[in-house]
Amino acid sequence: MEELITFDKVCLTYHTKESETPVLADMSFSVGRGELMGLVGPSGCGKTTVLSLISGIIRPTSGKVLTGGMAPEKCDISGYMLQKDELLPWRTNMANILLGAELKKRDKAAARQKALELLEKYDLKGVEKHYPDQLSGGMRQRVALIRTLVLAPQIILLDEPFSALDFQTRLQVVNDVYTMLKTEKMTAVFVTHDINEAISMCDRVAVLSSKPCHIKEIVDISVFKGIPPAERRISGEFVRLYDKILTSMQSRTEQTWNTQKNTPATSNGSAGKNLQ
Amino acid sequence: MVAAFFGLWEALTALGALDSFITSSPSRMAVKLAELFQTGDLLYHMGVTLAETVISFLLATAMGVAAAIALWWCESARKILEPHLVILNSLPKIALGPVIIIWVGAGTSAIIVMALLISLIITIINSLQAFLSVEEGKLRLFATMKASKTQTLFKLILPSAIPDLMAVLKVNVGLSWVGTIMGEYLVSKAGLGYLIIYGGTIFDLDIVMTATVVLCVLAALMYYAVVLTEKAIGKKFKFNS
Ligand SMILES: Nc1ncnc2c1ncn2[C@@H]1O[C@H](COP(=O)(O)OP(=O)(O)O)[C@@H](O)[C@H]1O
Ligand SMILES: [Mg+2]
Repeated sequence: MEELITFDKVCLTYHTKESETPVLADMSFSVGRGELMGLVGPSGCGKTTVLSLISGIIRPTSGKVLTGGMAPEKCDISGYMLQKDELLPWRTNMANILLGAELKKRDKAAARQKALELLEKYDLKGVEKHYPDQLSGGMRQRVALIRTLVLAPQIILLDEPFSALDFQTRLQVVNDVYTMLKTEKMTAVFVTHDINEAISMCDRVAVLSSKPCHIKEIVDISVFKGIPPAERRISGEFVRLYDKILTSMQSRTEQTWNTQKNTPATSNGSAGKNLQ
Repeated sequence: MVAAFFGLWEALTALGALDSFITSSPSRMAVKLAELFQTGDLLYHMGVTLAETVISFLLATAMGVAAAIALWWCESARKILEPHLVILNSLPKIALGPVIIIWVGAGTSAIIVMALLISLIITIINSLQAFLSVEEGKLRLFATMKASKTQTLFKLILPSAIPDLMAVLKVNVGLSWVGTIMGEYLVSKAGLGYLIIYGGTIFDLDIVMTATVVLCVLAALMYYAVVLTEKAIGKKFKFNS
């Protein structure tokens, strides 16, 4: 499988006037084309930071980030789906969908054409003239995803895109988004702190430690390849994977405790692996 | 409400419970109003005050919003200037009146400077507040789409701030009237403020009261005009992209 995203010994430290915060410590992983990679970890560990690196909004302090074999800021091949839909209430849904094309000065007629096709394909035909406040939460998130898809990205970065939805809507939207990502053959990195969501959607899930963040374990979910979230949830394998990821996440508590007591931060990696 | 108030006022003065020399009375004001209108004084002074107020209002709004945009744009300038703005705003600006007259002369410009002094700083503070309160998530969206600062300003910050800016306008209407009348008290050449001071010095309470009522009516009309503008913009804004 062709590698579309590569992290090679990436470290990232945020510098502010008062302090330096090391957020990512020596992170290496790769995501293949068409793969759906999940990132789970405690809040504040650096998940959003990983996405910012992939999109090229920030650059690593050391190490290398490549997307499509190039520096991300040079190729602009990724798009976002954020926690909230962030649709602008004063724009029609179509004007919202075309926001990216407008900001990037792309061909608007072509983008509009593509938007209409996507709206029709994903059951949103006719909403283009309406305003976002007339849509349900689930529809809004789909419109938001279409806003990203019209820019024809190769990579989609999902930053906890379902956490603001209520439970019932969420199940539906997880299904919809999974279908959309797979139909459009997208490569995606999906950040969540919900293990259920990660197993429902992803091909692989990376378990991140708390800050400074590194990958403790990458759990393979390829048994579910091509199976939609609703079907995954009722399979027995789901529980086993849930348990595996949970154990891996919880081992953090232990490690942090150890780290504070005596062991240096670098020993965390091996502690995580022992649990596999 | 208003009718009852004027009715009571008229009745009390007619019965002699209130001394109409001190309080005037609606009927005497009506006579005075007609008289001032006939001589052309009324329209002249109204025109002067209205022009000064509208100019101050427009200037304060334009300059204040422009300054707020500049401060939004340049974070370092904002960090330095913001605390000073708050302090400046709390000073009694009217105390600077005599200084203004010495600096810019006792004329229309002094009145406008006075009005600006009163409303400009609060306009800057409130507009800046509106710009800075744009949701973090929306800013993040624009960042992920690699929007330039100009694009962020025109496509996100200003449109989101429109409701707050409308509130700023409403406050400014009131402040412009205060500033203009204060200025006219000091400069004392023309305008409703001048008329009030003049009536006071010759102890003609009918002039004072008449001018005051005319002033209130004008201020209310201008406020209403702003409210209508707000409604129109609010509607238009929501329904065009
Ligand atoms: N621009 C920034 N400057 C300084 N520190 C930051 C900045 N952005 C994030 N951080 C810090 O980096 C850590 C990781 O942040 P983030 O990637 O947003 O975590 P997550 O998405 O996993 O919750 C947090 O502790 C946060 O305080
Ligand atoms: Mg985050």
